[in-house]
Amino acid sequence: MKVLVPVKRVIDYNVKVRVKPDQSDVDLANVKMSMNPFDEIAVEEAVRLKEAGTAEEVIAVTIGPEKAQDQLRQALAMGADRAILIETTETVEPLSVAKLLAKVCEEESPQLVVMGKQAIDDDCNQTGQMLAALMGWPQGTFASAVTKEGDKLHVTREIDGGLQTVALNLPAVVTTDLRLNEPRYASLPNIMKAKKKPLDKKSPSDYGVEITARLKTLKVTEPPKREAGIKVGSVADLVEKLKNEAGVL
Amino acid sequence: MTILVIAEHTNDHLSDATAKTVSAATKIGGDIHVLVAGSGASAAAEQAAKISGVAKVLHAEDDHYAKQLAEPMAALILSLADDYDVLMAPAGTDGKNYMPRVAAKLDVMQVSDIIAVESADTFQRPIYAGNAIATVQSSDAKKVITVRGTAFDAPAMDGSASVETIGAAEFPSISEFVKEELTKSDRPELQGAKIVISGGRALASGENFEKYIYPVADKLGAAVGASRAAVDAGYVPNDMQVGQTGKVVAPELYIAVGISGAIQHLAGMKDSKVIVAINKDEEAPIFQVADYGLVADLFEAMPELEKAL
Ligand SMILES: Cc1cc2nc3c(=O)[nH]c(=O)nc-3n(C[C@H](O)[C@H](O)[C@H](O)COP(=O)(O)OP(=O)(O)OC[C@H]3O[C@@H](n4cnc5c(N)ncnc54)[C@H](O)[C@@H]3O)c2cc1C
Ligand SMILES: Cc1cc2nc3c(=O)[nH]c(=O)nc-3n(C[C@H](O)[C@H](O)[C@H](O)COP(=O)(O)OP(=O)(O)OC[C@H]3O[C@@H](n4cnc5c(N)ncnc54)[C@H](O)[C@@H]3O)c2cc1C
Repeated sequence: MKVLVPVKRVIDYNVKVRVKPDQSDVDLANVKMSMNPFDEIAVEEAVRLKEAGTAEEVIAVTIGPEKAQDQLRQALAMGADRAILIETTETVEPLSVAKLLAKVCEEESPQLVVMGKQAIDDDCNQTGQMLAALMGWPQGTFASAVTKEGDKLHVTREIDGGLQTVALNLPAVVTTDLRLNEPRYASLPNIMKAKKKPLDKKSPSDYGVEITARLKTLKVTEPPKREAGIKVGSVADLVEKLKNEAGVL
Repeated sequence: MTILVIAEHTNDHLSDATAKTVSAATKIGGDIHVLVAGSGASAAAEQAAKISGVAKVLHAEDDHYAKQLAEPMAALILSLADDYDVLMAPAGTDGKNYMPRVAAKLDVMQVSDIIAVESADTFQRPIYAGNAIATVQSSDAKKVITVRGTAFDAPAMDGSASVETIGAAEFPSISEFVKEELTKSDRPELQGAKIVISGGRALASGENFEKYIYPVADKLGAAVGASRAAVDAGYVPNDMQVGQTGKVVAPELYIAVGISGAIQHLAGMKDSKVIVAINKDEEAPIFQVADYGLVADLFEAMPELEKAL
């Protein structure tokens, strides 16, 4: 089967973002950008399916600026076979991302789409579910285990109360949680090889999808600041303060 | 304005987050209905009817709704959507699962995880692990919203809404429930608890959680949480993870034991009223947000704390 893996270029998870003084947005100038960590897990899972002989081809796709090619090359270096860049400098909301991905699905007919459960910039946690809805496919979100059982896909999901396993018809959309796998680092020879793998460039208009935003960001502000408190000298001191000063015991 | 709140529940029990979602709905204003879809969910429906501000409870009974699978749930919500201007659900793993599915079908851009209502179309939501708060305005005619429960007060439970039984919608037979492993615990639920005590990588084993964290938790009547590192290492189950990609808590008192204070962890607990950190490294970033910091070896401090309580 063919597996499609959407990956997103986001601010590196180690970077602490700052809000711009004019409150228009966060300041992304000159900050380190990386592949969304959940998408690395998605690429890893797809590549493992290929190594296990369950998948024949892994295609990485991104919607983003020209620089998002870096993240596609990383996916290729990890083992994806080819990549598609849908180039835009505009802000693309999950609904539009899902519409574009749906068009890619119609063109490529993958049996499985593996993607991140959330992007760590917007924390929306929507795109995979929206894609599944648009395609009329089932979804296995927040996955910590994925196995093929006959013609069904069994997905173990991390839910608020513990774990839940569902059986999905294929094609399906799976979104990854942190414990699905530990993504590999691309080796230097594989990074070199990835430079020669095919990377198609498209634009949203090639797919006839309008990407007008439905949400308008009126402003972006700093959350209320927490000041560091005091250091206490002992456990007894701590208990006394919690009882008499903070009044929480 | 008519608002439908989709209840989060376990058939016999309605979550606190559902009531808090009703609080958020009250801020938008209008007629508020609650949908309880489940199997043997009369108890949850009755609890929903008591939430102050609710005008009507819609109760749909069918085996297909027992486990809240996204495909049948979304189909049911969509079958009711015409009658409502706003669809809202708590941003738990159920709401996060089916609401975007509903939104996409309605061609609506969902507003995820709101923490404040500024007006009927303008909301605040955290982005970048809570390091920034975006105020967003939705231009969609119908709104699909998920709500961060910890950001809204619990409403009074003195209501007496009518409960109306409604039929099931069609079932897309593309998915089925196989099994679940739910974590059993007599301790309070993480997200509703007044006190939360969380352990990190420093605990080094599940046995040490038993030995050093649980006894203190039980003395305090506290819920127990963990950092991602502790969950990844298998010391405790996944549903105990606090943080950007786990659960968000805002108790009266949060005690972080052997947790360094990575931004992803802080995203899940920094709105707690009082934060205590116990860490042997005085440079640990957790101390930058702690009201009370104790620089100590947890293996000595925790037994002492247990005795002192
Ligand atoms: C104030 C603000 C500023 C923003 N600035 C930027 C910016 O400078 N640059 C930028 O890229 N975005 C920016 N965005 C984000 C953008 O508007 C979309 O919301 C975002 O691309 C959709 O992803 P998500 O994180 O919301 O979705 P989620 O549903 O959280 O993402 C889940 C998964 O969907 C897939 N996915 C999501 N987006 C893409 C994509 N573009 N291509 C391929 N797969 C994808 C990935 O697998 C990802 O793990 C900004 C948003 C806001 C509100
Ligand atoms: C995409 C992504 C999402 C993430 N989401 C989350 C999330 O939701 N929640 C989360 O928690 N993390 C999350 N993380 C992980 C996060 O970045 C940190 O790696 C994690 O929180 C570290 O856990 P820790 O503090 O237990 O471990 P460490 O950082 O290793 O800290 C252990 C601490 O224990 C102290 N210590 C050691 N021994 C003792 C002792 N005997 N007594 C007292 N103190 C001691 C040390 O000084 C240290 O400060 C995420 C990461 C990524 C990339």
